[in-house]
Amino acid sequence: MFDFSIITNWLHQSLLSVMPEVWAVVLECVIVGVCIILMYATLAIILIYGERKICAFFQCRLGPNRVGKWGCIQVVADVFKMLTKEIITPNQVDKFLYKLAPYMVILASFLTFACLPFNKGAEILDFNVGIFFLLAVSGIGVIGILLAGWGSNNKFSLIGAMRSGAQIISYELSVGLSMLTMVVLMGTMQFSQIVEEQADGWFLFKGHIPALIAFIIYLIAGNAECNRGPFDLPEAESELTAGYHTEYSGMNFGFFYLAEYLNLFIVSSVAATVFLGGWMPLHIVGLDGFNAVMDYIPGFIWFFGKAFFVVFLLMWIKWTFPRLRIDQILTLEWKYLLPISLVNLVLMVLIVVTGFHF
Amino acid sequence: MGATFETIVFGVLAMFIIVMSVLTVTTGRIVRSATYLLFVLLGTAGLYFLLGYTFLGSVQIMVYAGGVVVLYVFSILLTSGAGDKAQKARRSRLFAGLVTSVAGAALVLFITMTHHFVPATGNEIPVETGINNIGRMMIGSGKYEYILPFEAVSIFLLACIVGALLIARKR
Repeated sequence: MFDFSIITNWLHQSLLSVMPEVWAVVLECVIVGVCIILMYATLAIILIYGERKICAFFQCRLGPNRVGKWGCIQVVADVFKMLTKEIITPNQVDKFLYKLAPYMVILASFLTFACLPFNKGAEILDFNVGIFFLLAVSGIGVIGILLAGWGSNNKFSLIGAMRSGAQIISYELSVGLSMLTMVVLMGTMQFSQIVEEQADGWFLFKGHIPALIAFIIYLIAGNAECNRGPFDLPEAESELTAGYHTEYSGMNFGFFYLAEYLNLFIVSSVAATVFLGGWMPLHIVGLDGFNAVMDYIPGFIWFFGKAFFVVFLLMWIKWTFPRLRIDQILTLEWKYLLPISLVNLVLMVLIVVTGFHF
Repeated sequence: MGATFETIVFGVLAMFIIVMSVLTVTTGRIVRSATYLLFVLLGTAGLYFLLGYTFLGSVQIMVYAGGVVVLYVFSILLTSGAGDKAQKARRSRLFAGLVTSVAGAALVLFITMTHHFVPATGNEIPVETGINNIGRMMIGSGKYEYILPFEAVSIFLLACIVGALLIARKR
């Protein structure tokens, strides 16, 4: 099994040989930060291209096909277009809040992104309270959206921001409860340990019925958390032009766009980590030969494979179902998902206490 | 060397918190005030992370950034108009506010200076407190464990929810 900590340890040792420890740590922090930003941008480009192609195939179209083979550098061209665009500040807006809002959204997205375990030994923020930290920092994004709606001085933006706030706050409960259900089964919140514990079977199989229910609830609520799919009415273009980012242009809009796609990836990879084993290969107890073969595939390939599988599921949902109304969204959360998750939590506790899990 | 690095980080965080707290009370626009308050609370969470107490830092972000400030901003958006600004404070009020804050600062300084702190026991590197220990402490019933306050707070919160529903329900 490829262990990424060999590389990081080698880097640390070689830096220690030329400079004191403090500067080595500072330099490593900078390197890690640059790596996060690069990965973030690359993943966003891949996801946007994937979304446009998948959307096109669902609608029996071809999608982007002019720039590069199968249009594969279309999104790169779009990124450069967006980078060179003028950033317009509308008249009579609260300039400070208007300019701050995209950075709050992207900050929350970066912090959650840094929690993900990409490979064995490649965790960036690996706290003891991992999942809890992830849920906490993802809450900062709501404030960015509310500030964007308020700062734009535009009623469509404000309505979009209010809808988004109501929706995200509501669905955070279901995300939290389904994660809590899994924490009961896992007995830890640290991402590296969560993955290690799935060496003899993924938690989706270990926790069978309640884990499956939690998985489905998490997918629905996570989809709503990133304002996508049938839950995209904060930016419902047919009624609110573009919701909370109507007034944003250039890279300020780009930040919202990036954060939306990366939040999709983050939701998917948390699902992949908690339910589908993260970077842990598919192991079946008793089949040692099979397990050994699976171990030859590096962990990050497993991680990205699982994450992109869940991304595909979410895109499938998005391009299949029509948009819900705001009252239907709130009804779905408060009258169905929340009671189901509470019952599911009790069910999981009973199963763990009586030892009915694998 | 490690200690001085931590001191630098602490100094930056402390300056950030001080500047943002002053801005919170001096700005005229209420949404900006809430935003500066958010930065104060995030800075405090940063202090907890510096101490290695990631649980408390996460709780700080979860409860204050994710809960309280969102609630503030939400209720401001629902109640006030875009052009609302605070009235300029009268001179007597400004004076009273200054006296109160100076007295408060003096009190805090006095307590901090005269308090006898337990010296560090050589273990300089902050150790992360395990969530398992926190959980056991929270619902344990032994000595120095917190089952009774925990349950009291949950009943109190339940009463708050029922009360809020009673006030907000349609007649």
